[in-house]
Amino acid sequence: MTSLSLTPGRLIRLSILGFGALVFLAPYIFMVSTAGKAQSDIFTSSLSLVPQQWFYVQNFAKALSRVSMGTLLMNGVIVCALILVIQVVIAIPCAYAMAKLKFRAARAMMVLVMLGLLVPIHATALPLYVAFDRVGALNSYVALVAPFTISVFGIFLFLQFFRAMPDDLIHAARLDGMSEPGIIARVIVPNAWPAITAFSIFSVVAHWNDLYWPLIVVANQAYATPPLGLLYFRAAEAGDDYGALMAATLIITFPLVAAFLFAQKRFVEGITMTGLKG
Amino acid sequence: MSALSLRNIEKSFGGNPILKGVTLDAAPGEFIALVGPSGCGKSTLLRILAGLETADSGEIVIAGRDMTAAHAADRNIAMVFQSYALYPHLTAAQNIAVPLVMRRLTRARRLPVLGRMIPGQRKTVAGIHRDVREMAASLKIDHLLDRKPGQMSGGQRQRVALARAMVRRPAVFLMDEPLSNLDANLRVHARGEIVDLHRRAGVPTLYVTHDQAEALSMADRVAVMIGGSLLQLASPQVIYEDPQHVEVAKFIGQPRINLIASKVEDGATVALGGTRCRLADRTVAAGSAVTLGVRPEFVTVSRQGNEGLPARVERLEFLGSEIIVTCRLDAIGETMVAKVTPADGAGLSAGAPVRLEADPRHIFVFSKDGGRLAAAPVSDAVVREALHG
Repeated sequence: MTSLSLTPGRLIRLSILGFGALVFLAPYIFMVSTAGKAQSDIFTSSLSLVPQQWFYVQNFAKALSRVSMGTLLMNGVIVCALILVIQVVIAIPCAYAMAKLKFRAARAMMVLVMLGLLVPIHATALPLYVAFDRVGALNSYVALVAPFTISVFGIFLFLQFFRAMPDDLIHAARLDGMSEPGIIARVIVPNAWPAITAFSIFSVVAHWNDLYWPLIVVANQAYATPPLGLLYFRAAEAGDDYGALMAATLIITFPLVAAFLFAQKRFVEGITMTGLKG
Repeated sequence: MSALSLRNIEKSFGGNPILKGVTLDAAPGEFIALVGPSGCGKSTLLRILAGLETADSGEIVIAGRDMTAAHAADRNIAMVFQSYALYPHLTAAQNIAVPLVMRRLTRARRLPVLGRMIPGQRKTVAGIHRDVREMAASLKIDHLLDRKPGQMSGGQRQRVALARAMVRRPAVFLMDEPLSNLDANLRVHARGEIVDLHRRAGVPTLYVTHDQAEALSMADRVAVMIGGSLLQLASPQVIYEDPQHVEVAKFIGQPRINLIASKVEDGATVALGGTRCRLADRTVAAGSAVTLGVRPEFVTVSRQGNEGLPARVERLEFLGSEIIVTCRLDAIGETMVAKVTPADGAGLSAGAPVRLEADPRHIFVFSKDGGRLAAAPVSDAVVREALHG
C-alpha cells in the first residue's frame, strides 16, 4: 500500500477498523502491560501502560515456579489433540455416510445431529459427572476427553462440505474398486483438508480455552488444563498477584496466538469456507 | 451370447416411475448409443448397470454372469462421467493408475510403507507404471501425466478420464455424455477418437447422450429412450428411416419431422394433400385419429401448379448445401418444414404462396397411442376404385 492510495474514504475506513482493532485488543494489551508490572505499580492510582519498573522476569519466574506450567501446557496439548483426533475420526465417516449414502435411518440421524447441536454441554454436565463418578473416571484424561469425542458440530460442518462434493467422484471411486472406507481414506480426506483445518481451529480453540468442564471433573493438579491451572494459580496466591497471573495467562494464550499468526491465511480461508463465524 | 443384457429393468423414485421395464442386449464389441431427451431415464439406466443404483426389479447379466446384486467394484465396468470425476488431489498419472492399483495390489500391499516391503511389489508397481504410460501414449497425453486435473483444459481432462476408464480393460464400457462439456469443434473431433478407441479395444460400449448427431454418427445401434421406455433399438439408418414410434420420429432428425394430425378415411386410407396411403391393416375404423409424419427432405416446394397443399413461406434458412423452408399451411394453420437444395429453393421468399407435396413413399402413419401403422402409397385411381367398387 503506498501513500498514493490513501484517499479520504480509505482513511476513514482504516481509522474505524483501527479503532475496532484497538477495542478488541485492549484487554490483551493491558494483560501484556500488567505482566511486566510490580505489585505496587499495578495498584497505583495512575493508569499507565508502560511499567515504571520492568518486572517481566520476576513475574514470569513466579508464574513458572508457583504452578507446574509445563504440566499444564502438556495436559492442554494432550487433551486437545486427543479430542481433535477422535472427533475427526468419528465425524468424517459419519458425515460421509449421511451426505453420500442412502440408508433408512439417515433422516433420523439428521434429526439427532440437529438435536445434538441444540443441547449445550451445561445441560448434560450433571448426568455426565455422575456417570464418571460411578465408573471412577473423574480426575483422568478420559473424563476430560470422552464427552467431546463425538462432535455434532463437526459432523454438521463436514456434512455441509461433503454435500458439495460431486457424487460422480464417489461413483468413479466405487467403479475403480474402492470400498467405502477406501473412498473415505483415498478420496474424501485428501480433498477435505480445508474443512478439516477449519474444524481443527474451532475444536482446539474451544477446548484449549474451556474452563467449565475441566473445573467439574478435575480436582487434581496433575490433570489440570491451562485455564484450570490459572484458577489454581489464583487460589495459591492469597494476595492475588496480578503481575504473575497475567504472566501465566500470557504463557497459556501464547500457543494459540502463535498458531493463529502462523496459520492466519488458512484460518480465514477455513472460516469463509464454512460460512460460520467463530 | 450377448456381452451385456438388461432384462426388464424397472425403477421409480418416490412413486414416480423412471424406468418402465427396459430390456436391452449388447453383442460383444458393440457400440450402443442410448439417446433421449433429458429426464428420460437414460442416465439412471447407466447407473443401475454400473451398480451405482439398484433397480426395483429386473436382471443384469454381464458376460454371462448374473450381476444384478453385485457391487459396483465387482462388475468390472468402467465409466466416463459427464463431469469426468477425476480425483482432484492426484496427478493424471495417479488418476489413471487408481483402477490398476485397486485391482492388482492387495489391501496389505496398498499400505503406505509396509506395502513396499512385500516381495514382488516392485514388479507389480512397475507393471502399473508401464500400463499407465502405454495408455497415455495411445491417447497422446504423455506430456500431461504430472499435472493435476485443475491444471488441465476440458479436452485434456476428458482424455485422462477416458484413459482411466480404459486402462484396466473392462467387460463393459459406459459413457455418460462425455463430450457435452467440450466446445463444438473439439466435440466433433473427440467423437471420431472415441469411435477409433472403441474399435481398437473391442469392449462393448454403452454411450449415453442427448445429442442425436452423436448417437447416429458413432453407434452401431441406437437405443431411443423416451419417458422411461426403450422405444426402439436399431441401426442409425433404421432409426431414421423406419421409426417405430412417433416419439422416435420426433426426437431423431434435424430439422424435426413434420407431424400432421389426420383421420383415417374410408377404405383404411389416409390423405395428405393429394397424396394417399393405405394402411396395411384394413380393419382400422374410418374416423380413427392418426398422425402423419413426413421428413423435411421428402417435402417438395413448388411455386406453380395446383397439386399439393397450399401454403405460405414463413422463413428461409440458408445452410450452404441446403435451404430449410418453413411454411404455414393455409388450410389448417400448422407449420410444415421442407429441406430443399439451393437450386430448388432459388426464387423462394418469405410470404410467397407455394404448394407443398409429400413423397407418399416416405409418409409414416402413427396411431393415436404413438405406434407405427404400416402403410403403402396408393394412386388416386386405386382409391377411387376402392371407394366406388
